[in-house]
Amino acid sequence: MRALRNAGLCVGAVIVGFTLLVAIFAPILATQDPFAQDLSRRLIVPFWMEGGSTNHLLGTDQLGRDYLARLIYGARISMLIGIMTVVTSGAIGVAMGVIGGFFGGRIDDMILFAITARLSIPLILVALAVVSLVGSSLTVVVMTLGLLLWDRFAVVARVSTMQIRTLDFVAAAWSAGCSRPRILLREVLPNILSPLAVVATLEMALAILLEAALSFLGLGVPPPLPSWGLMIAEAKDYMFFSPWVIMVPGLSLCALVFGINLLGDGLRDLLKTGRTT
Amino acid sequence: MTALLEVADLHIGFGGLAAVRGASFTVNKGETHCLVGESGCGKSVTALAMMGLLPANAERRTAALRFDGQDIAGLSEREMSRLRGDRIAMIFQEPMTSLNPAYTVGSQMGEVYRRHRGGTRQAALDRAAELLERVRITSPGMRLGQFPHQLSGGLRQRVMIAMALMCEPELLIADEPTTALDVTVQAQILRLLADLQTELGLAILMITHDLGIVARTAHRVSVMYAGEIVETAPVFPLFAEPRHPYTRGLLSCVPVPGKVGRDEPLGSIRGTVPRIGPNFAGCAFRDRCDLARPDCSSPVVRHTLASEHSYLCQIAP
Amino acid sequence: MTAPLLEVRDVGQRFRASGGMFAKTRQVVAVDGVSLRLETGGVLGVVGESGCGKSTLAKIILGLIKPTSGDVLIDGRSLTTMDRRERARLIQPVFQDPFSSLNPRQRIRDIVALPLTAQGGIPAGEIRKRVDAMLSRVGLDPAMGERLPAQLSGGQRQRVAIARALVLHPRLVVCDEPTSALDVSVQAQILNLLAELRLEFGLSYLFISHNLAVVEHVASEVAVMYLGRIVERNEASALFHAPRHPYTKALLASVLTPEPGLGIPETGLGDAMPDPANVPSGCRFHPRCPVAVERCSRDSPTTERAGAGIVECHLAPVG
Ligand SMILES: Nc1ncnc2c1ncn2[C@@H]1O[C@H](COP(=O)(O)OP(=O)(O)O)[C@@H](O)[C@H]1O
Ligand SMILES: Nc1ncnc2c1ncn2[C@@H]1O[C@H](COP(=O)(O)OP(=O)(O)O)[C@@H](O)[C@H]1O
Ligand code: SF4
Ligand SMILES: [Mg+2]
Ligand SMILES: [Mg+2]
Repeated sequence: MRALRNAGLCVGAVIVGFTLLVAIFAPILATQDPFAQDLSRRLIVPFWMEGGSTNHLLGTDQLGRDYLARLIYGARISMLIGIMTVVTSGAIGVAMGVIGGFFGGRIDDMILFAITARLSIPLILVALAVVSLVGSSLTVVVMTLGLLLWDRFAVVARVSTMQIRTLDFVAAAWSAGCSRPRILLREVLPNILSPLAVVATLEMALAILLEAALSFLGLGVPPPLPSWGLMIAEAKDYMFFSPWVIMVPGLSLCALVFGINLLGDGLRDLLKTGRTT
Repeated sequence: MTALLEVADLHIGFGGLAAVRGASFTVNKGETHCLVGESGCGKSVTALAMMGLLPANAERRTAALRFDGQDIAGLSEREMSRLRGDRIAMIFQEPMTSLNPAYTVGSQMGEVYRRHRGGTRQAALDRAAELLERVRITSPGMRLGQFPHQLSGGLRQRVMIAMALMCEPELLIADEPTTALDVTVQAQILRLLADLQTELGLAILMITHDLGIVARTAHRVSVMYAGEIVETAPVFPLFAEPRHPYTRGLLSCVPVPGKVGRDEPLGSIRGTVPRIGPNFAGCAFRDRCDLARPDCSSPVVRHTLASEHSYLCQIAP
Repeated sequence: MTAPLLEVRDVGQRFRASGGMFAKTRQVVAVDGVSLRLETGGVLGVVGESGCGKSTLAKIILGLIKPTSGDVLIDGRSLTTMDRRERARLIQPVFQDPFSSLNPRQRIRDIVALPLTAQGGIPAGEIRKRVDAMLSRVGLDPAMGERLPAQLSGGQRQRVAIARALVLHPRLVVCDEPTSALDVSVQAQILNLLAELRLEFGLSYLFISHNLAVVEHVASEVAVMYLGRIVERNEASALFHAPRHPYTKALLASVLTPEPGLGIPETGLGDAMPDPANVPSGCRFHPRCPVAVERCSRDSPTTERAGAGIVECHLAPVG
């Protein structure tokens, strides 16, 4: 069972690491321009199908753009959105949770109220409303998701802080004459990072899926940027005759989200057993 | 004295760790046998082996394991579970872990009884009330309807004892039954066990790290170190004439009011219990022993003083 | 007369404990009107059952909780007038659980250095030297400083906690059950170490324990605590040879010395457990007291002088 979980962790790490590398080195890996249209070469099939060519390994889309290049640049968008959203929402949520859990009393009541308020907001609806009001761009999507997805960070950070705060080593640090910020940064924070790492993977997967959903509805990143969600949306009219156009970005999205979740699960088990030894 | 539980050459291993290495001991009818040693010496796994409750990753090997003359080493899990809770019962250090928080005291006690003896729910409840009274719990009727978390630590341990006694077992295995309790409550629980022993003729295998408890409750003592029984004797000779350096060391560590002055140091044993692999030879105590000699790394001799007193050490009496 | 090293003046601590969403909040009286004195070089033992308020009292003396009432003075100066650094130079703690008392993410060296770094202005080389010296003084190889707490045994961790407490050379060390989680062999090592260090550094200890035999070995004076109050306090030898309070007697009787043939003592305490959220009227010990009379459930006994100490019981011999 243990080995199985570790295998999960490895598979997850490989998928996520691979996507990350692809995203970083997209300009080198993509031999073709993902934006160059060529209407004379529309919907070419991938190389393994009859009529495919090694020129366009994954074929072309309805506007004749190289599908592999778009997929590679799409990984960039997905990873960028995932990471930026986690950074923004993580910063907000962890700060709120740690402050609430550490100070308790009135401050904690206010933080708790904010968390409850946030939980009562329907995520997708608000994201849709904001994006359709402000207009869609990469920054808007990241900011919207970042400002909405901090609740789980706050809840976990708050509870972990409350647990750590009562432990004797924190009492020893107070007795040693440490200042409040020092205790927060040196004694409390390092000890709540492991549960937060697990939350980060969950939120990253969620952000990537939400971006895809928004893009599918035409409210995510604007065309012609090659987001995987947008690729699925654009492909849906052609899926009956050219099923690969929807399968390629769809499967990539599935694999990435699955990989991130495997990574999170593995991380959780690893950190849990690490605790007791 | 007739032997109720006989164990010969018990070995328990966890992969590369030899947790118990050739332990042999006997618990007589109506007597308390104490197994004493520091934590990690293998006391709990020995107890679990008696109950057939070892974790799945443990390997057990034994020359003989007899209960009331019957060999129980080869019993199937079904046959073993029929014995458990009926003729052999066990209580643990933390009663909360062995009581189910979701059921009342009465229904848990009744459940044990009906599993072994059948009968109606009401009969089982009556029996439970009778036993709560027997373990000196006031207003047993009210306690039967309570949940474990509504009881104090001392009461929970009494409930555990009452539950263990539901089917009138002949052998009670108690693994550190009072370690989590205050000294006052500990005295009450130990007294209760001693009274029950005389009333019911119970044999008790008492596991503890506290030499005070050993002195006050045991008929016979086995001192366990790193998986071996390094000294065994009836309680009086053991405390009067401890032979093994480990037994002596343990005894000198215990602060006894009026014995060691305030500014004099207590005796102590340096270092900690080692973790020992399967192919270890010689005396496991040698790195901590003040009397260790070069031949302590070769196989050790068991010396017998009287018929009942023996110890495992290179140094002759 | 000079002020004692530690003076605890009529300290009380109440907590509000919510009894769940719909139950009304209850008040837990953890510490109630406790007064103590400790002279330089002394060891004041505090004994009592779990939940009687020992750790709360320790936290108040360490300045970790501000008491609901009363005051704690060190050398005649109130704790509240000191800043955190000055307080740290005077009082340091050693806690019970060697697993939760060391930050699992820090190296041993940084854990021991914490009181020095918190003072500020001490050069790194100096800190390093003092940490190494202190580690070897408590019996640890300075090379162990590079390890993490998880790589140490319970006894070694408690040595680290002691090194951290002593690295600033404080005057008072508050030991809250420092050996309760250890095996007897390790307990003896730690008690011996604490005794040596006390003489060597001129320390005083407030030594909390539920084990009377341990307290008897280390303490020059003993306070017995029951449900938040000190019910008897006296010089150690007087308290152990002639206990006056029925609770002290019961505690003493419960000590199981390793002497075979004595059997198990009868404490006479009954099974009513004390609940700090529901303190009995009159003498708070009366529901469990084997010698209680009718007046005990009605009137609270007053604090009376008893030899060099005090006792709080209607029936105890005083003077
Ligand atoms: N389930 C297990 N898996 C691996 N090792 C175990 C397990 N249970 C106990 N051990 C090891 O066996 C040895 C003896 O343990 P135990 O019987 O619990 O000691 P004691 O009760 O004397 O303190 C210890 O070294 C312990 O770490
Ligand atoms: N922060 C707190 N909030 C509420 N109740 C507390 C708090 N700290 C301690 N208590 C209660 O105060 C009482 C005394 O606790 P403590 O000082 O830890 O006792 P001891 O150390 O003697 O076992 C206990 O009933 C405990 O539940
Ligand atoms: S005052 Fe009464 S109840 Fe309290 S200890 Fe004394 S005799 Fe017992
Ligand atoms: Mg054990
Ligand atoms: Mg405590």
